Amino acid sequence: MSKVIKRLVAAVPVSLGVAIVAFLFLRFLPGDPVEIMLGDTNVTQQQVEQLRSEMNLDRPLLEQLGLFLAGVAGGDLGYSIVKNQPVARLILDTLPATIELTFFTILVAIAIALPVGIVSALKAGSWLDRLVLGTTLVGVSMPAFWFGLLLILLFSVELGVLPTSGRIPAAVLVPDRTGFMLIDTLLAGDLRAFGAALRHLVLPSLTLGVVFAVVLARVVRSSMVEVMGRDYVTTARSKGLPERVVVIKHALRNALIPALTVTGLQIGELLGGNMIVETIFSWPGLGRLVVSSIFARDYVVVQAAVMLYALTYVAVNLVVDVLYTYLNPRIAL
Amino acid sequence: MKSAVAGLAPAAPARGMTGPLPQILGVLRKVLRSPVGAASAAVILAYVLVAVFAPVVAPYAPDATDLGARLRPPSAEHRFGTDGLGRDILTRVLYGARVSLLVGSLTVAITATFGTVLGVLGGFYRGTFDAVSGRLTELLLAFPYLIFAIGMMAFLGPGFANLVLALSLKGWVEFYRLARGETLDQAEREYVEASRALGQRSLRTLFREVLPNVLPSILVLATLRVGYFMVLEASLSFLGVGIPPTIPAWGSMIAEGRNVLFIAWWVSTLPGLALLVLVLAINLFGDRLQEAFDPKRRNR
Repeated sequence: MSKVIKRLVAAVPVSLGVAIVAFLFLRFLPGDPVEIMLGDTNVTQQQVEQLRSEMNLDRPLLEQLGLFLAGVAGGDLGYSIVKNQPVARLILDTLPATIELTFFTILVAIAIALPVGIVSALKAGSWLDRLVLGTTLVGVSMPAFWFGLLLILLFSVELGVLPTSGRIPAAVLVPDRTGFMLIDTLLAGDLRAFGAALRHLVLPSLTLGVVFAVVLARVVRSSMVEVMGRDYVTTARSKGLPERVVVIKHALRNALIPALTVTGLQIGELLGGNMIVETIFSWPGLGRLVVSSIFARDYVVVQAAVMLYALTYVAVNLVVDVLYTYLNPRIAL
Repeated sequence: MKSAVAGLAPAAPARGMTGPLPQILGVLRKVLRSPVGAASAAVILAYVLVAVFAPVVAPYAPDATDLGARLRPPSAEHRFGTDGLGRDILTRVLYGARVSLLVGSLTVAITATFGTVLGVLGGFYRGTFDAVSGRLTELLLAFPYLIFAIGMMAFLGPGFANLVLALSLKGWVEFYRLARGETLDQAEREYVEASRALGQRSLRTLFREVLPNVLPSILVLATLRVGYFMVLEASLSFLGVGIPPTIPAWGSMIAEGRNVLFIAWWVSTLPGLALLVLVLAINLFGDRLQEAFDPKRRNR
């Protein structure tokens, strides 16, 4: 238990550092943040001064930092001049869409990566294994956004079977209760809307899911190959256990431990890919919010969202590390 | 030069008579002799030649618009078709190789040099310097790469120099960690202790003995990173925060084609294919390189 606490404590300075880097982002702007964010809008010098003082930009830098960190700790991520809303509100509104998409992305990735990785490892060196290695190497080299466009070409342009933008057809009205489209449509008792929402999820989650699966399958495979050569696998076999039991109970469980760590690190790619996929499929989530905010010069939103992505990444890796100690108690953090 | 001759022997042992630098040459030779290694090297070389001689090999000027020939499908006149402004896509794909190769190689040169020097020094001398750079890398590792780059580019603004800067600011970390780890490993070996016992100055030991032994793994990482940086650049340009649209780059070409995907498939797909083939060749080459340096890793 103390290991877990130690790891938790170690995450504090890193999270603090992430917030400080996010704070510094606004200072990279070539000029005055308020004037840049206001753009060409007609405002008086007095209003500019007022905004500057509301954003604390008229105070010394260290004091600004202190106020920023205090705000973040209290859930205040600043105010969007462009959208005239608190940034925290904007982010909270987009979060369910992103979580829904990420959930299905991971589901797709695991559903592909586990069987492919295991079979490839069991037949290591065979033509099937080589095919898997070759295909996954192509996958690793492929930009996610290009793959998404190929899927659109195939499933929407050629076959015309799947929608390519948004979460639900514009004509379908679903009362917003949780923000999760699948749950909201069910709560409304509208099964057709539920089906439509599900169909909208297919292409975006497939795009990123396959890209993620490719990496994951390689990790599972190499991890399985190594474990299958271990003594305890030989022992299990010599006890006369059926191969299926050996593979699943003895090998896979141990192979998944290192695979888990690599997966935690790869979540970073997933979070980054999220911005791309949401942009391609006009998915109204956090990633699209960031990209649209960049072009709206809504830098306060960009700053907060980038910070949130990084903090999520830190948190995921923390969870992975803690899980790791449970799965393999011999590992000291 | 006599050591270079010794390097001819394939799979020469890492230490002993041959030394690490001839070993690198020997391994390169071995990779180039394997079919996959030779093929991927040939593809990479072809791209480099195309990038250098783009004005000679391209059939049109990269910014020559022909509004009468907008969104034409691939034909004998325009092998890759034309885009929304009637520009020849093949021409722009050929020119696009310049941006990708430049960003990839320049960023790798900067990050590999900076990261390796810092890592080797940190691993060899330890102390405060090592501790500080260690904390810094932990902080940078907390940011997913694309997110960090998008964040930086949002504030710096699009542009070639800004792009290389944004990628480099974080990209040195992997080299640092690898170099530091390998140096820690090397510093415990007998030859380092022996040269210390002989009274050699430590900086000399570091650069003459340790660094050359660290280089093979750095070289493998550097190769693989070239492809990674290219994909990152394309992703950023695709989102509109990378290379400004006036310069032909594969990422922004794919983005332009996205709007006309339903009527002109070639605008997006062909630049993407150009990127895929190049990155795949680089990754295959890196893979073979890794295998040749470390045969034990085969099948993993």
